Formats: sequence, structure tokens, C-alpha cells
Amino acid sequence: MIRAVMVMNTQGKPRLAKFYHYLPPEKQQELIRSVFAVLSNRPDNVSDFVEADSIFGPDSRLVYKHYATLYFVFVFDSSENELAMLDLIQVFVETLDKCFKNVCELDIVFNFTKIHTVLDEIVFGGQVLETSSSEVMKAVEEIARLEKASNAITLVPKSVSSWQTR
Amino acid sequence: MCFEKLSTMALLSLPRNRRCSFGALLSSRTIPLKRYWSESDDTSKEIRNQVRERGQCWEIYYEDFGASTVLQQQLNLEQLKTIGRELAMGSQGGWGLSKEYLDLVKSIGEARSKAEEDRIVLHEIETLKRRITEPDVPKRKMKEFIIRLVYIEMLGHDASFGYIHAVKMTHDDSLLLKRTGYLAVTLFLNEDHELIMLIVNTIQKDLKSDNYLVVCAALTAVCKLINEETIPAVLPQVVELLGHGKEAVRKKAVMALHRFHQRAPPAVAHLVSSFRKKLCDNDPGVMGASLCPLYDLVSADPSSLKDLIISFVSILKQVAEHRLPKSYDYHNMPAPFIQIRLLKILALLGSGDKHASENMYTVLSDIFRKCDSSSNIGNSILYECVCCVSSIYPNSKLLEAAAEVTSRFLKGESHNLKYMGIDALGRLIKINPDIAEEHQLAVIDCLEGGRCREEFMGTKLIAKDADPDDTLKRKTFELLYKMTKSSNVEVIVDRMIDYMISITDNHYKTEIASRCVELAEQFAPSNQWFIQTMNKVFEHAGDLVNVKVAHNLMRLIAEGFGEDDEGADSQLRSSAVESYLRIIGEPKLPSLFLQVICWVLGEYGTADGKFSASYIAGKLCDVAEAYSNDNAVKAYAVTAIMKVFAFEIAAGRRIELLPECQSLIDELSASHSTDLQQRAYEMQAILELDVHAVECIMPMDASCEDIEVDKSLSFLNSYVQQSMENGAQPYIPEHERSGMFNIGSFRSEDHRETSSHALKFEAYELPKPSVAPKSLPVPHSSSTELVPVPEPTYVQEVHQAASLPPVSDAGAAELKLRLEGVQKKWGRPTYSSPSPSASSSSSSSQKPVNGVTHQNGLGNLSSQSRDTSYNSKKSQVDPEKQKLAASLFGGSSSKTEKRPSSSHKTPKPSSSSTIDKSHGTTAKVPNADPASQKASQPPPPDLLDLGESTVSESIPAPDPFKQLEGLMESGQVSSNDNHTAATTNPIDLMGLYSNTPTTGSSGNILDLAAANTGDMNLLSEFSNPVSKNTETRSTSTALPPTKKGPNPQDSLEKDAVARQVGVTPSGKNPNLFRDLFG
Repeated sequence: MIRAVMVMNTQGKPRLAKFYHYLPPEKQQELIRSVFAVLSNRPDNVSDFVEADSIFGPDSRLVYKHYATLYFVFVFDSSENELAMLDLIQVFVETLDKCFKNVCELDIVFNFTKIHTVLDEIVFGGQVLETSSSEVMKAVEEIARLEKASNAITLVPKSVSSWQTR
Repeated sequence: MCFEKLSTMALLSLPRNRRCSFGALLSSRTIPLKRYWSESDDTSKEIRNQVRERGQCWEIYYEDFGASTVLQQQLNLEQLKTIGRELAMGSQGGWGLSKEYLDLVKSIGEARSKAEEDRIVLHEIETLKRRITEPDVPKRKMKEFIIRLVYIEMLGHDASFGYIHAVKMTHDDSLLLKRTGYLAVTLFLNEDHELIMLIVNTIQKDLKSDNYLVVCAALTAVCKLINEETIPAVLPQVVELLGHGKEAVRKKAVMALHRFHQRAPPAVAHLVSSFRKKLCDNDPGVMGASLCPLYDLVSADPSSLKDLIISFVSILKQVAEHRLPKSYDYHNMPAPFIQIRLLKILALLGSGDKHASENMYTVLSDIFRKCDSSSNIGNSILYECVCCVSSIYPNSKLLEAAAEVTSRFLKGESHNLKYMGIDALGRLIKINPDIAEEHQLAVIDCLEGGRCREEFMGTKLIAKDADPDDTLKRKTFELLYKMTKSSNVEVIVDRMIDYMISITDNHYKTEIASRCVELAEQFAPSNQWFIQTMNKVFEHAGDLVNVKVAHNLMRLIAEGFGEDDEGADSQLRSSAVESYLRIIGEPKLPSLFLQVICWVLGEYGTADGKFSASYIAGKLCDVAEAYSNDNAVKAYAVTAIMKVFAFEIAAGRRIELLPECQSLIDELSASHSTDLQQRAYEMQAILELDVHAVECIMPMDASCEDIEVDKSLSFLNSYVQQSMENGAQPYIPEHERSGMFNIGSFRSEDHRETSSHALKFEAYELPKPSVAPKSLPVPHSSSTELVPVPEPTYVQEVHQAASLPPVSDAGAAELKLRLEGVQKKWGRPTYSSPSPSASSSSSSSQKPVNGVTHQNGLGNLSSQSRDTSYNSKKSQVDPEKQKLAASLFGGSSSKTEKRPSSSHKTPKPSSSSTIDKSHGTTAKVPNADPASQKASQPPPPDLLDLGESTVSESIPAPDPFKQLEGLMESGQVSSNDNHTAATTNPIDLMGLYSNTPTTGSSGNILDLAAANTGDMNLLSEFSNPVSKNTETRSTSTALPPTKKGPNPQDSLEKDAVARQVGVTPSGKNPNLFRDLFG
């Protein structure tokens, strides 16, 4: 299963961190830091795989991809295939791109709830759920639409009413 | 372009991750990620590099010259666009978020240091804390607060104050808010968090919602937040969702059930049939999802799903034949993840099953034939096929295809493919080792790190050799490790060692070091080579190597290579000695390596007569001096010196103590470390013995000899008999005695002098050795009168409590308090036991018949303990007994030493023997020394049986205080004689410890261990190498700190509380014990 998904920028700042097993925040930070330390020391032209036993414990691999200012990192165990994970990263980023039209780091910074939504449609509970970015987009758009609708129905009246009562 | 040149220079001169100004960063952050990929790998890399250089150059340029006009000219249109976009975001609150939030993100982005960032975040936390609790926060605002909390927590700060608000938000009706709430909750909470109880109800409700998105949100939360206990609460609803109309919901329901399965298999055991059913779901996505739980089931027990092989194969066939809807394609590859999962399942099902495997051959060869090897995903499927082929019953045609794919991988340019190729090769060589040969070059290439690479963009930016790919290298070493034979071991191990030296990652260094050792042990072509290899490993990774490895090495040197060729063995030893003498002078050797060196030099340094004793001793002295802050090394060194001299004496030569040896001994005998002190005294003692005695205690090259132990202590029978005739009480085993009894006797002894406020248990004085014979019957009977508390735990607690100083004494100097506590701890095992055997044994008149050895052991143990002031109680080492023992069986005393180790389940004699010898030899000293005998006390069975807790419990003890006094006075005087094998101490302790917990007396042991913290190093240092022991050791080492820390205050407090409640402290404190024990 997939153990964690991280997005961090080339400065080591976390942009998204999702762990499929609970870890206390301090531990998460520690892991992010050590992952970054490994990644930032890797030269350009090498493989995208890292054996991450020393960071995440036995039987863990890490696949990362470097896009512009961001590292996308997936950590998983031996029940997944490294090359396939690499493509999953690609799916993720392609979907984000469709979502934001030329996605860039800032989109991710300011919209990380939406990024979580997208990710949840791709990876669910540590398992790959969907690999077609257009399917993911459909789901995400549907969510956005219904969210808006529910806003219109419930949020506005309530906020108005609370405003009135004040 | 001049700009590019400039940037090149700048690039070269700047570290890779240098911080740039925010302006620069921001704009680089708006580079669309899209530009970094394209269909083909090569072009994508090129583009990627171009863009990257651009971005970096631009930043640097901007920063270094600060000339925005120049900059602007360099910006291409797109960059201008993105900057415009960014400005727009900032000003109008881009994504419907408030200015505040944008400002927060922005200011954090602008922070120039971690400290500044922290300051901003802390300020934000303050704000949020204040505002989130305000009444009437509009929901939209609240949502944003929650998102800010998530953001803060992602940055590593504590946002727990807002958890409850996130929980509340999940209750909201609005989808948007609910989803936000669930998101926050899944990120914040773990499944055991107390707030979960507040969510379970909501989840239950939401799972039934008719809005499928609400259901999906709830399912996402279920995956993260439901633990074993709460599974039953939501299980029915989730199972119901398997039949939901939306396939997205069915899919997620299956995966949620899978998650339950991972977490608590029994809870969903009855659902296996549903997983099977879902395999036939109309929707391929749901079918794909059901493969996840099925994969888990198969890996747990392949036989249970063998009947599904046909279905799996036909599904795989259909998928591979593009029968699924187009929407499942990924890069023209039909449902690759489903294929991969299926292949993994088939690999497990077909493993070792010829019949099952035959069903798969066709589909596998189809995939091999059709699969597109130009895309990444195609390769991943091919790789999975190779794995499958190598796992199922072999088929030559398929293996051929697999080998071909593998060689394609290895020949590929991409490191990713090479990595997969190496891995695949590793799998294939298990079936056919010859495959590796044709790929030798490719493998070597992976090891060397590839060729010099061309730079992009026309300009050659960094003209250097391609950096070696660490991951690839490691994978390759893994392959080599699998390929190692005796014919290539030298090359491979040499490579490994070179690599090991070059890396800094301790984790991997450790791994590779242990692999080197393993290979060297397994395939070593010659002794010479073996020793050299081990030397290298130790030299460069000595501190990382498992202690076991060192012990193994010592054992190997001691035992030889198993052939019965004494000549070869001694040759091995002398070559080891020579190489060590060469290395020993080098600075900064790892401690473990030095220990090995010292041991070998001590044991065999003078064996072949090439080197004189004083030469070796001089070298050892140098070591001890050079590593003066490493007690373990010093201990090994001084023992080695002792051995060297002992062998000299035994050989009838006169020895001359070098001045530096003398000064070393002097220094050590005043050492703070009791262990070192003891060793020094032992050495002095041994040097004064006569030839015969030395020969007995320190036989040449006896480290491998087995030591037999008379466990039943039959040799004591006549002695016991005699004592009984004299009126002693028979021994009553621990479990027959009540817990109270122990307490009673314990308290009476210890607290008599110090405290009078506690219950007086005068009646139990009996166990005191001096009094013992007369008052015998009292203790036992009276003990039963007291409220008997039979459970062992209770006993332990009591001891714990008892070991605390009484509250009234709290004012006393802390040092003193602690000392008392410790003493009591020490004393406990001994005097708590009133048994007659104890009393009898304590008498000086004792005459062991055959079991002298054991008595020796006893003597040693107690004598060693006396070095420490803490241990002092025991230290009245019954010199009488020692004498007795010594005269009775001089040499055989080493058996005692062996004892502890053998008490852990009969270890292999060979493995323990090396170390034992060292102990054994030291231990012999006291026996041989008749002078040291005096009258007093600790009963032999006690020490003997340290290994067996029951016995040890029952030992009576001499009055500790008296003993202490005795120690103070006579300790120094007689110390020469009495200081014995300190080494035994730890081992015995270990043995004691390891056995006791089962008998429920672990509290006691803990005490010992704690008292002994000073010696903790020793514990780990000398604890027996037997594999069994490692476990024990780790526990015991771990324990003392826990104990030390909280113990005094905590227990004092608890004591006080207990008193307030009106209970005697000694009687209660279950909590205390629990605390201490963790």
C-alpha cells in the first residue's frame, strides 16, 4: 500500500503531506525533513527511486518526481510497483494541471484543500483508486458543483440568518 | 546570449539549494509544472532541464544584480503572464479565500529563516486560538480557520486546540463544510484519539446519506479514523454500500473494507465471500478495487484462493486484450494498475504450484509479446511479468522472454529502467544463475555510475562525471550479494567495502557491513583474507557493526574454521595477531574493533612465541592509554594483559611488569568504574599466585571448552543434610512462600536502623545470617500469619516500595537516600529469603562436596559486587567459601561462569564459549587464592543459581549493613584477593534478569540492574554473545534509565499518598511498580 504522499518545494517546505497511517505531527515533520535531505542531495540524472528503509522503516520505497520547484513524493511498500508509482505521480500532476490550468506551486500553496480532494480521488486509504485523470476530474468537478449548490442552499441562508439575529 | 553565460557562472558558484529572494521564488513558483513532462522521456528531461536552468538563472540573476529592468527584458511572455496572475491572486484573494489567509501564506513564504517562520506561525496560532473560540463565528469563517489550522499543522506546529472545531464541522449539513471537517479530522486525528467517539455517530449517519458525496466523504474518514473497536459500529453500513448504485461508492466501500481487513482481520473475516463477489462486479473499477483485499488474502494464505486462479487469468486476459472501456486506459495501456495487481496475485498463487502455473503461461506470454515497452507504464507491467515468471513454476519459454525484457531494461538509458532490470535480474538468477553472466557489463556499469553525460541547452553547464546513482548502486550490491559464490567473493566483498567506506548513511553502512561479514564468513577463500576483510570492516564501520559480529569474529579465531587442523588454526591466529599488531597503532579505531584486538592479543598474542609478553603487554597498555575514556576498551585491554602475564606465569617464566603496566594498574585500581577497578585488583592478585594455581585458572586457549554445570546442585546435598541435622529449616520454594513474607523479612532488616515509623516486622529478623540458625522457624510461620499476598506482582511492588527511603527520611541528603535504596535493592534477593538453605549456606563451616565450582561462582559474584559502594552488601564475599572452592577445584571454576549463559536455554556451546572463556579465566582467580578467605556469608546456592530465580530468591543474606561496614574496613585491605571477575557480574545479572520475570520476581531484578547502572556499560559490553542473550540485554539495558529517572520522586510521592490513605507503604504501591515498569 501507499504509506504517504508528500509534496514539498525545493526549499524543503512541505506543500502537502498525507500519511495513510497516523503519525504525530512532529514525526511527520521529521520524515519530511529527512526525505528532503535525501532528495536534495540526489543529482539530476539518476533514477527516481530511493530505498527508504532508513527513514520509513523496513520494506519501504520512495519514488519522487521533480517538477519545477516541487518534489512529488510517494512512499509505499513492496506490494506496489515502482514504475507504476511513477506514473501515478504523473496522473496526480496531470490532474492538478487540468484542475488549475497550468498548475504551479502557488496554486498548490493556496488550494491545498482542493489538492487533498484530488488526491483522495486517486489514492484511497493507501490504495490506488483511479488512474484516469479525466475520471478524477469528473469526480472533482462534481464535488465542486455540489459543494457550491449546498453552499447556495444552506450556507447563505444560515449566515444571513445569523447576521440578522445579531 | 550573455544572460545565459552569466547565469552559467552564477550557477556554478552557487550551492544548489541556496535561498533566493521571495520575488524570485514566487515567480519560479509560478512556472507551470506541465512544462516538466511530456510523452517521451528524453524530451521531457531536456525541457525540464531547460526550464529549470532558466528558472534558476533568472532567480540568481535577479538576486545578484537586483536590476529589475534587466530582468524584465529577460522574461519571456509566459513568465510575465504568470507574474500577472500571481499579482492578481494576491490582490483579489484569488481562490475565494480571505486576505488574511493569503497574507499568512505569503508571509510564511517570505520568511527568510526558520525562526521567522516560527514566529509568524506562532502569532497565527495566537490569533486563531482567540478567534476560533469567539461565539458566532460565521461558518464560512470557521471553515477558513480550520484550513488555516491544517496549514499550520502541516508546517509542524501544534494545532490541537482546534481539533474539536474540526470535529464539530463534520456535523454540519453543508457538503462543503462537512468535507472540510472530514478532511481536517482525517489529517489531525488518529484512530485512537478521544475525539473519535464524537465522530463515529456522524459517520454512521453520513454513510446512510442519500448524497453519494457525503457517503464518499464519510468513507474516506472511515479509512483513517476507525479502529478495531469502532469497526462494528460502521461495518453494517459499509457492507450495505457494497450494493450502492454509484460505482464510485462501491469502489470506496470495498477499499474501506480492505482497510478494516488490514486493521483487524477477524472483524471482517466473514466478508471474504463479498470480496470474491465484488470480483464479478459490473464495473471494472470495483473489480479492480476488490483485487486489493484479495491480494492481501492471497499473501496471507495462497491456498485459500486457488480456485480463483482461472478467474484471475481470464480477467487479466480480457484486460490485456483491451476489452475494457477506453476510460480505463492509461497512456494507451489498458488498466495498468489492475494488470499489475493481477500479476502480483498470480505470482503468489502460482508459486511452487505447477498445475496452477500452467494456467498462466499463455496469458503471460501474450503480455510479453504485446506489451509496449516504450512507455513507462508498459515497462512496469513487463517488470511485473518478470517477477511473476520468476515466482511461478518455471517455464523455459517464459524465462527466456523474461530474460530478454530484463536485458532490455539493463541496456536502457534510464536509470529507472536499469534499477528495475537489476531487480529483475536478482529474481531471475534464483532460477537460473547463468543469466547474470551476459549482463556482467551492464551490472558493472550500474556500479560505476554510468558515463559522463551530455549537458543540455547547447552550453555545457556542469562538465563532470555523471553522479553515481546511489539507489542503483545499492540495488546492484543487493544483486551482487545474491550472486556471491566462493569464486567471486573477493571481488564483491572488496567492492562492497570500498562502497561502504565511501558512504555516510549509517543505516546502509550497517547493512552493507553486516553483509560483508556474512559473505566473508560464508565464502572466505582463506583465513588470511578473512581476517583482513574483517579488519577492514571493523576499521571503517566498527561502531556500526553488531556486537554479535565482533563476538563471532572472536569465536572464529578461537575455534578456527571447524577443520580439525590445529596447524591451520594456529596459523590463522598468528596471522590475526600479526595483523592486529600492525593495525593497533593507527589512530581512532572503533571501540568494538579494539575490543576484538585486545581479546585476540590477550588470548593468542604470545601463543606462537613470536612476540614477547612484555611487547604485547606494552601494546595493550598503549591502547588502554590512548582510549582512556572508553572503559570497555580499557577493560578488555587490562584483562588481555592479565591473560598474557598469566600465560607467562603458567609457562614458568618470570614476568616483569612494565612500568606503564604498573601505572595502568594503579590508575585503574583507583578508577571510578568498579569494573575496571575489579579487573585491576584481579590482575594484581593473579600475578602473585603460584604457577600451579595460575595454570588452573588460566588454561591456555581454553576459550572454546565447554563448561558443564551441575544444575541440580547435587554436590550440596550432604551439606544440606548436615545443616538440617543441625536444625536448619528446609528450603521452601518461592511460590510456596507468601509475598508478605518477603516483605516482612525485608523490611525488618533494612529499616530497622533507619526508620521506626513503619510497621515493625521484628519477628522476621531471622534471615539474618548470623542469627539464622537459632531463630529459624519463626520467619516462615509468622509470615503466613501476616496478610498473605500471594501474587508475585505484589511482591515486586513491595520491594519497590521498600527500597524507597521512608518518608520521614526524606530530608536527609539525597545521596544518602539513594544509596540506601540501592542497597536495599541489592540486598533483596538475598535476605528476603529466610529459607534454611540460606542460613545453612551462610555459615562458614560449609563444606561443599562436589559443587565447589558453584561456590566459586558465588564468591566471584559477591566479590565483584563489592567494588561499588552500592554493591557493597554482597561484598562480604565469603572468603571462606572462596578458599574452599579454590582448594577444592581450582581450575574448574570457569564452569560457574558458563553457567549463566547456559541457563538461558542451552546455548550452543561454541557460540558462548569464546566470551565465557574470558570470564572464566578471570573468575578463577579467587579460587586459587586461599589467603582471601574469611568467615562470612553469602550462600553459594544464591550465586550459583542466579540463573534460576527461584533459587536466588531463597537466599538468605548477611546483614547488609554489617557487610557494608566490613567492606569499608576490610575492603581495601583484602581487595586484592577478593576482586574477581567483574565480568561475571553482568552476565549473572543478565541471567538472573532474564529468568526472573517469569517467576514474578522481576522487580527484584530491576533493582539489581538499577543498582548496577554504573556498570551498565559492562552489561552491554560483556553480556554473553549468545544470540539468546541479545534480547535480554537490550531489555535490561533499557530498563535502568526508566527506573532511575522517575523513581525517587515518584515513588516518594506515591509513598506519601499511600500513607495518607492510611496504608503502609510497603504493602502498596501497585501503581508505583507499574510506573516504573512502564
